[in-house]
Amino acid sequence: MARMTMIEALRSAMDVKLGDDPSVIVFGEDVGYFGGVFRCTAGLQARYGEERVFDTPINESAIVGMAVGMAAQGMRPCVEIQFADYVFPAYDQITQEAARLRHRSNGQFTCPLVVRMPTGGGIFGGQTHSQSPEALFTHVAGLKVVIPSNPYDAKGLLIAAIEDPDPVIFLEPKRIYNGPFAGDPHGKSVPWSAHPAGDVPEEHYSIPLGKAAIRRQGSAVTVLAYGTMVHVAEATVEQTGIDAEIIDLRTLLPLDLDTIRASVAKTGRCVVIHEATRTSGFGAELIAEVQEACFWHLRAPIQRVAGWDAPYPHAQEWDYFPGPDRIARALQQAMEA
Amino acid sequence: MSSRQGTRARLQFPHPPARPDQKADFSAIVVPEAGILPVPPLDIDASGCRELAVGMVRVLDKNNRPVGPWADYLGDLSADRLRLGLRDMLKMRAIDRRMLNAQRQGKTSFYLQCTGEEAIGCCFQRELSQGDMNFPTYRQQTLLVAADYPLEQLMGQLYSNELDPLKGRQLPIMHSARDYGFFSISGNLGTQYVQAVGWAMAAALTGTGKIAAGWIGDGATASNDFHSALLTASVYMPPVVLNVVNNQWAISTYTGIAAGKSETYAARALGYGIPALRVDGNDYLAVMAVSRWAIERARQGHGPVLIEWFTYRAAAHSTSDDPSAYRPRDEARAWPLGDPIDRLKAHLIARGDWSEERHVQAEAEILDEVTAVQKAVEAHGTFVDPQPISPAEIFLNVYADMPEHLRRQRQEMGY
Repeated sequence: MARMTMIEALRSAMDVKLGDDPSVIVFGEDVGYFGGVFRCTAGLQARYGEERVFDTPINESAIVGMAVGMAAQGMRPCVEIQFADYVFPAYDQITQEAARLRHRSNGQFTCPLVVRMPTGGGIFGGQTHSQSPEALFTHVAGLKVVIPSNPYDAKGLLIAAIEDPDPVIFLEPKRIYNGPFAGDPHGKSVPWSAHPAGDVPEEHYSIPLGKAAIRRQGSAVTVLAYGTMVHVAEATVEQTGIDAEIIDLRTLLPLDLDTIRASVAKTGRCVVIHEATRTSGFGAELIAEVQEACFWHLRAPIQRVAGWDAPYPHAQEWDYFPGPDRIARALQQAMEA
Repeated sequence: MSSRQGTRARLQFPHPPARPDQKADFSAIVVPEAGILPVPPLDIDASGCRELAVGMVRVLDKNNRPVGPWADYLGDLSADRLRLGLRDMLKMRAIDRRMLNAQRQGKTSFYLQCTGEEAIGCCFQRELSQGDMNFPTYRQQTLLVAADYPLEQLMGQLYSNELDPLKGRQLPIMHSARDYGFFSISGNLGTQYVQAVGWAMAAALTGTGKIAAGWIGDGATASNDFHSALLTASVYMPPVVLNVVNNQWAISTYTGIAAGKSETYAARALGYGIPALRVDGNDYLAVMAVSRWAIERARQGHGPVLIEWFTYRAAAHSTSDDPSAYRPRDEARAWPLGDPIDRLKAHLIARGDWSEERHVQAEAEILDEVTAVQKAVEAHGTFVDPQPISPAEIFLNVYADMPEHLRRQRQEMGY
């Protein structure tokens, strides 16, 4: 067991897989010699050589397109898009090619590919370093969509994603790369070394895709969250004293409906939280699923806390980011209804 | 005021040489003499390729005799090899005829012919080895025909019947045949070009000795992934042959809209540092010579090469298209490079290895063969007489293992 940040845990996952599977290959912009703009691949090229870990031209469509061609031949590319905000030139390759290759070829060709990308706000990243595009991938049949919230999960989920036989969109909340974030920008920053989930085995382990984790047991209200918002929700619940059950979804597609259903059946109330913009965001799907599966258990309308339906601003970062105040209000509304 | 008007920037809007009410006009197309271009060394770089990229490799002369260095490169060709090529092309044309007819009869929803382009894919495929992988477009059925892909499967896919290897999931002509070196066709243009580069990179990394071949049309060279493929091929130097089939038309759009002021599509590759050649795509021997050279170059590890096959889309874009709405009716007949079948036939006759009588007989035999398979395949269902594939197939192969939400949806459907 070692103490790791999320960055180190992700790097460790790639290290383990590069070491135990010769078909695993890692590439992207600045990923090779330099080790990635967030250091997630630092040292990997030196250890495994340029044929396993290398730099690419600045062309997201090419990064994913090459990976699709490699994956179709049986390699397991784990590629990086520098920021989720820049994935759109690769959207065609991801949604029309990677996602559909198995189906359209009736299994003749498959696409065991992982597309890693730092996501989310809370870092004064402005319009193109803060977006949360998960709903643009959860809408696509054939993809899996994963978003970890701590180092232990990050490593286990990334190993599972690399070993998965199908394409996985792996979103990494960059706000919590170095430590959990409670949602208060003036609060003391806490490193992962001070958090239990910063304990990460150095060896191989995996966390199954499609399984949520209950972060806090509670009986009053179910909170559905993922990524950075898991920590903001935890802090808010501590502050308000509401006995919420916090579910970290971890995998958005396929979704762990059993865990969600059991929780809402118990609490009768539900609050959905995400950083992404509200309209047609993943929260809408969560609300619809809860409504269909738990209608007779519900004692209050399902609440939703999301980013505003505006491009991510720079100066107004903390007016945009769904912080503890907004989450507390939603929890209270869910409790009072 | 007037002087300012005189100097204002004006846009160019390229137009084809002739529209439906006009006489076909290919006077702007320069057709160089056969046999004048050299065969470059296999390790040539882009800077040495200029005359090959802006000229045109042609082997058969006016009398249908092979001439020049590329003819010498081919050496003595057996009559059987050439008759095999002719047979492949006749088979392709017979399939196109039958399937166009089947679409008109409502037996299939959609079809795309490759009339006039048969030499390119038919010949290229015969030069590949087992395990090499094509990344084709929807107009390279020729590759399947020359790979001896079973017609039952090819037509089963077109009819979406129980013989369809793709279980009715794909639009007709979007074949996939891994064992025959034919990658799954996508409706999204250009995407497969950079995937071919990735496949070739994987082949190099794992040391399989195999190569990849990318295919794209002239119109789709405008797509992002054309650039992506050329750039990555130039950066990593994988064993890939990048084919551009310039058939002059992208549905109704004249090739000048895709090309702009470029000299040729082949010349574009030179800017990426990739050697390139432009070839008479209707000259079976030129196709054979350049395919053989390019495939050998890639296999020996000299990196990517781009080939512009210069040809003409003689048929409609698809069964949903009417070319008389945008180009002269007789344009195909005016095409200066002629018809690939006619030219190879004439060459074989000039060699004394074929005759008009044998040709007529072969055409009839091949059409009979194709028609017989077609009838047998139709017994397994067509669009007008369906024997539907299980609707539950929709949910299979979305993922390796079916997730819970798809199980629920399948149950909701009643399966």
